[in-house]
Amino acid sequence: MNLYAIKAIYRFEMARAWRTLTQSIISPVLSTSLYFVVFGAAIGSRIPEVDGVSYGSFIVPGLIMLSLLTQSISNASFGIYFPRFTGTIYEVLSAPVSYLEIVIAYVGAAASKSLILGVIILATAGLFVDIRIEHPFWMVLFFVLTAITFSLLGFIIGIWADGFEKLQLVPMLIVTPLTFLGGSFYSINMLPPFWQTVTLFNPVVYLVSGFRWSFYGIADVSPALSLGMTVFFLLACIGLVAWIFKTGYRLKP
Amino acid sequence: MLSVSNLSKVYEGGFTALKDINLDIRRGEIFALLGPNGAGKTTLISIICGLVNASAGKVTVGGHDIVDDYRAARGLIGLVPQELTTDAFETVFSAVSFSRGLFGKAPDPAYIEKVLRSLSLWDKRNNKIMTLSGGMKRRLLIAKALSHEPRMLFLDEPTAGVDVELRRDMWNLVRGLREDGVTILLTTHYIEEAEEMADRIGVIRKGEIILVENKATLMHQLGKKQLTVHLQTPLDAVPESLAAYALERGEDGHALTYTYDTEREHPGITDLLADLNAAGIGFKDVNTTQSSLEDIFVSLVKK
Repeated sequence: MNLYAIKAIYRFEMARAWRTLTQSIISPVLSTSLYFVVFGAAIGSRIPEVDGVSYGSFIVPGLIMLSLLTQSISNASFGIYFPRFTGTIYEVLSAPVSYLEIVIAYVGAAASKSLILGVIILATAGLFVDIRIEHPFWMVLFFVLTAITFSLLGFIIGIWADGFEKLQLVPMLIVTPLTFLGGSFYSINMLPPFWQTVTLFNPVVYLVSGFRWSFYGIADVSPALSLGMTVFFLLACIGLVAWIFKTGYRLKP
Repeated sequence: MLSVSNLSKVYEGGFTALKDINLDIRRGEIFALLGPNGAGKTTLISIICGLVNASAGKVTVGGHDIVDDYRAARGLIGLVPQELTTDAFETVFSAVSFSRGLFGKAPDPAYIEKVLRSLSLWDKRNNKIMTLSGGMKRRLLIAKALSHEPRMLFLDEPTAGVDVELRRDMWNLVRGLREDGVTILLTTHYIEEAEEMADRIGVIRKGEIILVENKATLMHQLGKKQLTVHLQTPLDAVPESLAAYALERGEDGHALTYTYDTEREHPGITDLLADLNAAGIGFKDVNTTQSSLEDIFVSLVKK
């Protein structure tokens, strides 16, 4: 294992986040804080409790998950796309680095950044609403697995994209809508029966439900199913990344 | 040091970039690969360095297969790409340190300092790359390629777009590397560069290596030597008595050019001058020229 290479790429990526602190940390924390102010304090105070949890507290896991998904994708996709765009990827591809090491370094850095962001958002949420974590182990597990899975997805998008527009396409047009419609701001039990069934086809439902269960012990679907779906997405992304490297798709002509 | 056997590359669209390339590069030599644009120079280097997949064939570097034993093979190679591809926001020192890490080497600030000093970049070590001039960026790419102490260096058009002074500096640097035992493969458009530095020269055309030869032998075998006689009065035609010399009339009849082989025991120069006298043709000056590598290259790729 070329640990020096993993460390070099990881540190390079983390340094980039530090250089772009406003974009990487401050901007997502600010926008999430605004969600708390608007939905938690202003509107949330007029909404009754959901399954015994105040609305402001209820939306915390969903909001963290929203940031985790979008930031993991954004960090990882940009991390691999930018060297492709500038041409500096030649250095990584010509170095004695295995594909596994490349993925560990880029995805590890992207997941680290979004996990740090998630912790900051959790701490920020604690300033606005009461938070309790009933299943800390499962909370950390969902947290880490989701960050890794969506960083892998971001990595795939970063390799697939052939322009900055495509880089934003999946996060903006697919992930964000699915997250909003995935029970981040409501329990799917609040929906009419037909839409409850439709919603079950939204993969984000399982992520948000499992994560919320680890906080408050309430879930739209069983926690085991949530965990199973998370692991399934993780394996699917790993499979796709393995295919990319095996074929050299968009990396090696 | 480098062995390329039956290497071919056909891109997805069907374009054949390399056709059955065979090439051996000896340890410690400077090998110049010449060829017109699109001849396959960069594709060949890219395959050896792991940037492009080969369609067929085998490549070993230092005895290590570039596919089965890619770590060992790539660890021996440093690549200076043709394009000025750098991370604009990094500092010079961190960029070179990053490259060393990528190649699995422990940090060695003293060695990085040595490399940066040798390329006159030490004073710029804390500067962001975006603030460097084009020439400085070119030096930085070389520093990055040398950061892991490679045994073979690929220089893809290393002096494209750099000024004369920097070009001379780079030539000196390359010679210094060769003295340290580093094998160098360079592609260049500047024939002067190959003529100045290379031990051996390869010519690639339309994806095929059409010639590999020692520079001296190549220039000797394919280079022409010519004697030009400047006449006192112009000639309308070359006299029949001089037909054996295959003279070319030039400068509107004011000059006659004789092409000869220096290897022959009697190149025929004294005979020609005597025959000119005998024919009553007076001349006021005589000079000789030898074809450059550029002339040889142009004649080869035009075929």
